[in-house]
Amino acid sequence: MTRWLPHLFVLFLASVPLWMTDNYILHILITTGIFIIAAMSLNLLLGYTGQLSLGHVAFFGIGAYASALLSLGFEAHIAPGLLVKVLPKPVWFAMLGGIASAAVCGYAIGKLAFRVRGAYFVIVSISFAEVVRLVALNWVELTQGPMALNNIPALKLGAAGLELSFLKKPMVYTLVLAVAVLSYVLIRRLVQSRAGRAMIALRENESLATSVGIDVTAYLVLATVVASAIAGAAGALYAHYVRIVDPDIFLFIYTVTMVIMVVTGGKGTLAGPIVGGVLFGLLPESLRAMAMPPEVQWIAYGVLMVLVVYFLPRGIVPAINERWGAGEATASPLRNLVVAAKARS
Amino acid sequence: MRPGALDRDQRRFSLDQLLQHGLNAIILGGTYALLGIGLTLIFGIMKVVNFTHGEVYAFGAYVMFALVMPLGVNFFVALVLAMALGILLGAAIELLLLSRLRDADIDTTMLVMIGAWIAMQNTEQLAWTGVAHSIKNPFPPEPLVWGALSVSWNRLFVFAVASLLIAGTYYLVNWTKFGKALRATFQDRDTAALMGVRIDRVNTATFALGSGLAAAAGALLGPVFVVVPTMGDLAASKAFAIVILGGLGSVVGATVGGFILAFAEELGSGYISSGYRDAMGFVLIILILLVRPTGLFALKERIS
Repeated sequence: MTRWLPHLFVLFLASVPLWMTDNYILHILITTGIFIIAAMSLNLLLGYTGQLSLGHVAFFGIGAYASALLSLGFEAHIAPGLLVKVLPKPVWFAMLGGIASAAVCGYAIGKLAFRVRGAYFVIVSISFAEVVRLVALNWVELTQGPMALNNIPALKLGAAGLELSFLKKPMVYTLVLAVAVLSYVLIRRLVQSRAGRAMIALRENESLATSVGIDVTAYLVLATVVASAIAGAAGALYAHYVRIVDPDIFLFIYTVTMVIMVVTGGKGTLAGPIVGGVLFGLLPESLRAMAMPPEVQWIAYGVLMVLVVYFLPRGIVPAINERWGAGEATASPLRNLVVAAKARS
Repeated sequence: MRPGALDRDQRRFSLDQLLQHGLNAIILGGTYALLGIGLTLIFGIMKVVNFTHGEVYAFGAYVMFALVMPLGVNFFVALVLAMALGILLGAAIELLLLSRLRDADIDTTMLVMIGAWIAMQNTEQLAWTGVAHSIKNPFPPEPLVWGALSVSWNRLFVFAVASLLIAGTYYLVNWTKFGKALRATFQDRDTAALMGVRIDRVNTATFALGSGLAAAAGALLGPVFVVVPTMGDLAASKAFAIVILGGLGSVVGATVGGFILAFAEELGSGYISSGYRDAMGFVLIILILLVRPTGLFALKERIS
């Protein structure tokens, strides 16, 4: 029975546009879905490699900006005297471009930032996101700065005669759900592969992992590239859904939202970001229903984050698993092995 | 006019400009160093990355504003009060949030501090709204001019107080009994505890001291710039850049790092583009990571 539960859940989610006619609820589901995709990708870094990356919103924003710019076309001076001109591209191509740009940035920043660990890595990742925001704000020729990129086209697939337009909410919802399922499957394959075991090993004990021949930095960079590509995909979905992108997309508060989703749900579990994402995707809406100013929402986030660390340090999903005895990745034999080795050393 | 004369004038002009940038950088560097020292002390002693540092800075500026503008308290008295309240706030944060997490790993405390940061910043936003305020200062408005260089009296005062506080911190850390306990805790927490150092008190005092320095920086810079609830974010990101430059836990590193960052920002905004002024810290971090990942004055290996 439990085997089929995820499939039934996805089927149920897929059926939502068939009977849900309220556009506002669909909108909440779409934004929650986009955030869940981003949170799942962050979980790969935070949960499986154990690196607290606090610049994740940068990859989300880079995906959004790159995809929007490719679909709109742009002209910009890359260097003095070097003018790059790009004509508008089809949206599906632009979205792939957005994903690729985020992945390339992930590779570069991974190579650089994984020279250090712990507190240093955290600070470097935050400053990276901050600089990307400053570039988006100041490179007006390319990004329009605070004036934002407007009129971003929605996704259209297929040739003339049989066209699928992703302008209406039910279609966007289906697309987001498809990307979310795809990302989930991709992350699960990765985590359960040899590379995934290497990541968990280095999370548990980096020196031990190195000593048995695991190229720690290579796996950290791999995880960063995959995570940033998926975050870029979420950003591209976002850009072509709300159809306007401004530098506020890089605000630190969005990284915090992703982190709190992952930590509350349970980092290092596949279901964790989904549980946390649903919770924190719907919480702001209920707060808004009570007519609270937005600051109250963020204060609630901050306080909740502290409370979760105190009372549910490993998150909701591991707590449920412990109570009902269903083991997930947290109780893998490899982990026990590593823990045993750690205890001996 | 001969072409040579014009050339020489231009050169003198740019030299003056360079000197002016240098002077500005020294003045700014004092407060940057103040911010960095507070953060680096807290990390060095407690192994806590203090994300509330920027909010305590903003708190200092707001206390200054509230005391000077509506209440009409004397400027210098308000400065002392702002610092004292910053110390109290720091002690409260430590006792309330961190004292129970003393044996937790660094990621756990980081998450708690991020939560506290978000809650504090939005409380400030809620309490004081997003409107920017300016604070009146009692100094003469015309700047002190010396040759082609000029500096405002207010900034000169800021630099003097910042230097005094930095010197005071050095004295406290290196020549007092409390400083000895501090350094012992830094070297080896367990051994220090066995020798009778009250670790919990050292922690609270360190966090209070670091927060006091941050609040002082905010109270000093509030009258120079304007006071807005988001001012803490920028200050925090600069303080982080400074301690990465100098090496986490190194007071000397934070002092030197503060001045290096100030010079980079002044020269960068003067000669490259003022829009990227705040990106200079990151550029420096990248350079440091490429050349010397351990920081300029690192005390130990960073990769665990």
